[in-house]
Amino acid sequence: MPHSTDMQASSPPRAVKDEPMEDEAAMPAHVANPAVDDDAEMEQTEETATATASQGDKEIKKDVKLQDLFDDDDDSDIEVDDSIFTPTNVANLKASDPEIMRQFYQRLFPWRLLFQWLNHSPTPTNDFGNREFAFTLQNDAYLRYQSFATADLLRKDVLRLMPSRFEIGPVYSANPRDRKQLGKTSAFRPLAKELCFDIDLTDYDDVRTCCDKANICNKCWQFMTMAIKVVDAALREDYGFQHIMWVYSGRRGAHAWVCDKKVRSMDDQKRRAIAGYLEVVKGGAQSGKRVNLWRPLHPHLARSLDILKEHFQQDVLESQDPWDTTERAERLLGLLPDQTLRDSLRSKWDAAPGRSSMSKWADIDAIFKSGAASKKFDGKALLEAKQDIVLEYTYPRLDIEVSKKLNHLLKSPFVVHPGTGRVCVPIDLKALEDFDPLEVPTVQGLLAEIDAYQGAEGEEEKKGVADWEKTSLKPYIDQFRLFVNGIMKDEKATAVKREREDESMEF
Amino acid sequence: MLRHHDRVEPKRRNVVDHRKKQFASPQYKHAEYPHRLNFYIDAPTADITLEQFEQWAIDRLRVLGELEACSFRNKSPAETATHMKSILDKYLPLDSNSSASGKLALQRQKDHYSHFILRLAFASTEDLRRRFTRVESMLFRMRFHTDDVSERAAFVNGLNLDWWEAVSEEEKVQYAEELAAMLPVRKTIEDESWFKVDWERVPDLVEQRRVFLKQGKAFVPGREQQSMVVSEFTTRLEKQLELTARALPRLDEDDRLKPILTHLSKNFITPDASYMAGSTAPEGANITAANIDNLSQHFPACMSNLHRSLRRDGHLKHYGRLQYTLFLKGIGLNLEECLVFWRQGLRHKTDDEFNKEYRYNVRHAYGEVGGDSNRRGGGYSPFSCQKILTEHPPGPGEAHGCPYRHFNMENLATLVQSMGVNDRSVMQGIKEDKDGQKFHMACNRVFEHVHKTEIRKAKDQGVMTANQLETIVHPNEYFKRSYLLKNLAKETADVEMEG
Ligand SMILES: [Zn+2]
Repeated sequence: MPHSTDMQASSPPRAVKDEPMEDEAAMPAHVANPAVDDDAEMEQTEETATATASQGDKEIKKDVKLQDLFDDDDDSDIEVDDSIFTPTNVANLKASDPEIMRQFYQRLFPWRLLFQWLNHSPTPTNDFGNREFAFTLQNDAYLRYQSFATADLLRKDVLRLMPSRFEIGPVYSANPRDRKQLGKTSAFRPLAKELCFDIDLTDYDDVRTCCDKANICNKCWQFMTMAIKVVDAALREDYGFQHIMWVYSGRRGAHAWVCDKKVRSMDDQKRRAIAGYLEVVKGGAQSGKRVNLWRPLHPHLARSLDILKEHFQQDVLESQDPWDTTERAERLLGLLPDQTLRDSLRSKWDAAPGRSSMSKWADIDAIFKSGAASKKFDGKALLEAKQDIVLEYTYPRLDIEVSKKLNHLLKSPFVVHPGTGRVCVPIDLKALEDFDPLEVPTVQGLLAEIDAYQGAEGEEEKKGVADWEKTSLKPYIDQFRLFVNGIMKDEKATAVKREREDESMEF
Repeated sequence: MLRHHDRVEPKRRNVVDHRKKQFASPQYKHAEYPHRLNFYIDAPTADITLEQFEQWAIDRLRVLGELEACSFRNKSPAETATHMKSILDKYLPLDSNSSASGKLALQRQKDHYSHFILRLAFASTEDLRRRFTRVESMLFRMRFHTDDVSERAAFVNGLNLDWWEAVSEEEKVQYAEELAAMLPVRKTIEDESWFKVDWERVPDLVEQRRVFLKQGKAFVPGREQQSMVVSEFTTRLEKQLELTARALPRLDEDDRLKPILTHLSKNFITPDASYMAGSTAPEGANITAANIDNLSQHFPACMSNLHRSLRRDGHLKHYGRLQYTLFLKGIGLNLEECLVFWRQGLRHKTDDEFNKEYRYNVRHAYGEVGGDSNRRGGGYSPFSCQKILTEHPPGPGEAHGCPYRHFNMENLATLVQSMGVNDRSVMQGIKEDKDGQKFHMACNRVFEHVHKTEIRKAKDQGVMTANQLETIVHPNEYFKRSYLLKNLAKETADVEMEG
């Protein structure tokens, strides 16, 4: 690099503050749902429309920065794919059906915990009150800059608008609903947000052979297991972060929320630094070899390699068999830097069609030892090439933009993925290897569990038991509570410490 | 961090006040400059004349402008230093204490004052602040690098930076393996003096994995001290500029200064800004959606690749669309035609999808919608090479970026061959440029090769000045020049035929 990066300016359009869109005509989101035939719903739709007209608080995603706009179509999370749909006895309603959503938000969603998580204390503060929420409504309209003083107000509005999902943005310096009055002054600017990571299996399409696009299975989920291990280890050991929650994204990926107090207030430069530190697989489809690393390996990479090579044999070579055909094996050959070695391997494999990836991987060492490589290509060069290949096939592929910006929005934990009906539950790292995305409860399944419970238990037991406790959502909510309590305890400790320091200053 | 904040707060008032003081009520205080390097912590207090005020600012601006141009042309630090030497000697010389020059005080005063004058001129917008910080940091880094070793050490000690501590011998033993991994092959851990700092202090080193991290602490080799000091310089300057910006409205307009300051900031225009919508369609060119395929012969590799990808896949990912839309805007494709172009180009999308997901983006790029400032500014400017090279490298499945930088050589060779490069020596040159990270040179090399006949003609006939043929640093300039050259050749050919 001719310049070191601290000299490079950050992207100016990205740095442009989100601007509310004033051009009313360009807001297709205003169109009310035409398919309503029920009076109650009709009323609700009108209410929404009124709210929009009077407060102007309806904004579609399209008023964010230009780059974010261009993002929209790549985010195909909303597509509905019935193949993953698990039929339950709660009729065959779609997960996004308003009645299903109503019951979910009313009976199952952990509002109080969500509030405590974002508020960092039991009594309402600006951490929660000035936090942006963004709702995706049933008609796909996107409402930004929503904010709420308390958990209950949030819950009420969610039940009124019945979003199919909602996202969490930053804490602002003022109430997001007042941003218009504040204009473009610095009085309205994002102050804090958790550091987030987004890993999605679609970014592994060139290395997974079992599924593609929105589909996943337990074989390819292993890539996610590896990714979580590597990123989590770096965040805890290298940066010393403690409050990290991993959440299943509802279909084919996972999100991480790093919630330590000093992480939340990090500016974009620091977020970029962490993102860059963790990013290893670079370049687009045309870049050829995508892992290029200095030797000796940085301690983070050496540790990652240790974690990943365990998985490489089993989860890549055996499960994915990525170089089974001649054509696919060319990709492997392309990653080996020595022509002589490549030629020897190619002729060996041409003579044995159908040779497994496991064998082909072993062939590299065997052929090398037999002396079929050029002299300048020594054992060290071979080892390094093989390390790069392991990393290219297993190292976490992060959607890095999510991590770089303080004011990026991310889907809330515990909302329902409208396509699969699955709840975005926290992933227990202590049992990471056992996490099965296909076993994650669906909203329809959970509602059925409540009904079943009501049928089975006696009247006595029913009293005092919350609906979520009757379902398989319970362990996830318990886990979330543990996590939230950990944060609140820490913040309380620092608050007390600060108070003491202040007192001692006075004397 | 906050402490710096507090510390600079009174200084800001100085920035405000000194101008009044220095012009209104004369008072003399001699600033002392023990070091060649300067963190510009204290605002100037002595008087200078209006002529000096203007001349010093203009001189510094020349230096900064030239520095920025070096970075746009992707020159290495060494090349930049060579290029800058004569300019610095002429406009902003700064001698070391050991030089025993008789002009030390005056040189340092000029450096000090001109920096503060430009702060006033460039504090007003975020964009100007960002660029000012960037080039000032470049200048500081360059001077730091060339400073006399002992004088530099004295300067750094004088900064009293209390946020680093030495790594203990026990830690060196404990983390021997990790620390060894951070060093060039032949060096040993003992060769280095190690510092331990909060990782937030050295984000650039963290980003490039040039430090070992443990529980939030970065172990920094002594040779990276420069980076820490420069980043401290940058951080402080950013903060001070923001304070200056907030103070600007309160500066009552000094009639003599305002025009000078305005003029200064206007002269600091970026190549990015020099291409605005509609302004650059070459005369007589038929810039329509239907003609883009034909015009694409004039596109540089980056845009040619986007065009090919779009035609091949019927789709481009978001940055690709953004980069390409702005380029098309820059060549003079109007909004209506651009919408037609994308409607046809995204051939897998229904009209409904197009209207819902893409139309707004294109209109936004043209400044038709969006916030006030977007509309007023006519949307975003087409991306310069600098921007394309350094921001948002393409990820999986993305076609934007600069092929000379972001493609491997094999794919790059295929692309430039399809653009008409078949000469082996040119291909070798491209490879060398790429290996040496001179992506611009590679692009200009391709341009010169595929236009060699026309360029010769243009030079022979003297229709294009040397100025018009200097290094291309903007994709839209590539297009414009290519278009003009080819059509020049056509005209000439027509004339010759008739004659
Ligand atoms: Zn699979």
